[in-house]
Amino acid sequence: MDVNNIAELSGNIAVVGYGLAAIGPGIGVGLVVSKTIESIARQPELASKLQVTMWLGIAFTEALALIGLATPFIFV
Amino acid sequence: MINALSLLTQAAYAEASDGGFSAPSIDEFYPQVIAFQGTWFELDRIMLIRLLVMTALIVLFWLWSSKFKKSYKNNILVPSRFQLMGEISLNFVRKNIAHEQLGEKDGERFLPLLTTIFFLILGMNITGIIPFLNIAGTSRIGLPVVLAAVAYVTFIYAGVRKHRMKFFTANLFPAGVPKAFYVLVTPIEFLSTFILRPVTLALRLTMNMIAGHLLLVLCFSATQFFFFNAEGFFKLFGAGTFVFGFAFTVFEILVSFLQAYVFTLLTTVYIQLALADEH
Repeated sequence: MDVNNIAELSGNIAVVGYGLAAIGPGIGVGLVVSKTIESIARQPELASKLQVTMWLGIAFTEALALIGLATPFIFV
Repeated sequence: MINALSLLTQAAYAEASDGGFSAPSIDEFYPQVIAFQGTWFELDRIMLIRLLVMTALIVLFWLWSSKFKKSYKNNILVPSRFQLMGEISLNFVRKNIAHEQLGEKDGERFLPLLTTIFFLILGMNITGIIPFLNIAGTSRIGLPVVLAAVAYVTFIYAGVRKHRMKFFTANLFPAGVPKAFYVLVTPIEFLSTFILRPVTLALRLTMNMIAGHLLLVLCFSATQFFFFNAEGFFKLFGAGTFVFGFAFTVFEILVSFLQAYVFTLLTTVYIQLALADEH
């Protein structure tokens, strides 16, 4: 057995970077949606207003993941 | 940028040449140029799709508005199915986005712009899942950048028109912050309001479309690979990837609608924040 090659990985390290970049927004979007569901359950009549705010929150949080996706194309 | 592109191209060629599975790359979005190579008006598949969508939208809205006019003139109270479709979709932007965020008066002022943005983005996005077109017109950054620039100019115009120079001072020096903190707060506010807003608008749209298209290509090229090139038991995986590809196609319909909605909603909210009286 070749000792130098026990576990070789090939590919681009940027993939791991994007994986890390996706963790934060993933948790963030989860929090936004869960809190919205909670609030709608408490006050169903506000559902439409809360949903608009939820989409805004998701859009802002998700932007981080998308910046992560765009970075390799610009900086690699 | 060019570095990344050439790297990806080499990788794709290397994989394709040994008869194995060829993964989709960023080259998907730079197809072969068809006409006017080397000039500013290079036509390729994506540009042709954009022109097609533009024509389709113009024809559709021309038909709708002539229908509205005709039924208004002849006092027809019950709309036809085609007219109802137009009324529902136009009313969606008008009631659920413009009036809800901006109120009746300002909502009507900015309605033409918001309607244009919404239907243009929706039309351009939806080509991503239409058979034989199969790529979204918004999946290359040019069009989203134009739309984000329009939104940027509009919300600054709205703010400056209403508050004059106070719009900038109120945004850069928010009230209720101790004077010493302005050293920290002002650069952050400048970055988030005047730089990150348009950049994220454009990036969000493009990156969603790019990611969606790559997912679809990945699913269906994997299906092709498993069915025709894999051996024995592995052929079964093809069925799985095919089902996933179908599910993602349905998901893409949702995403294209959602991105059009989010883009329009954010533009509206930026206008609303610029018009708000509290500063």
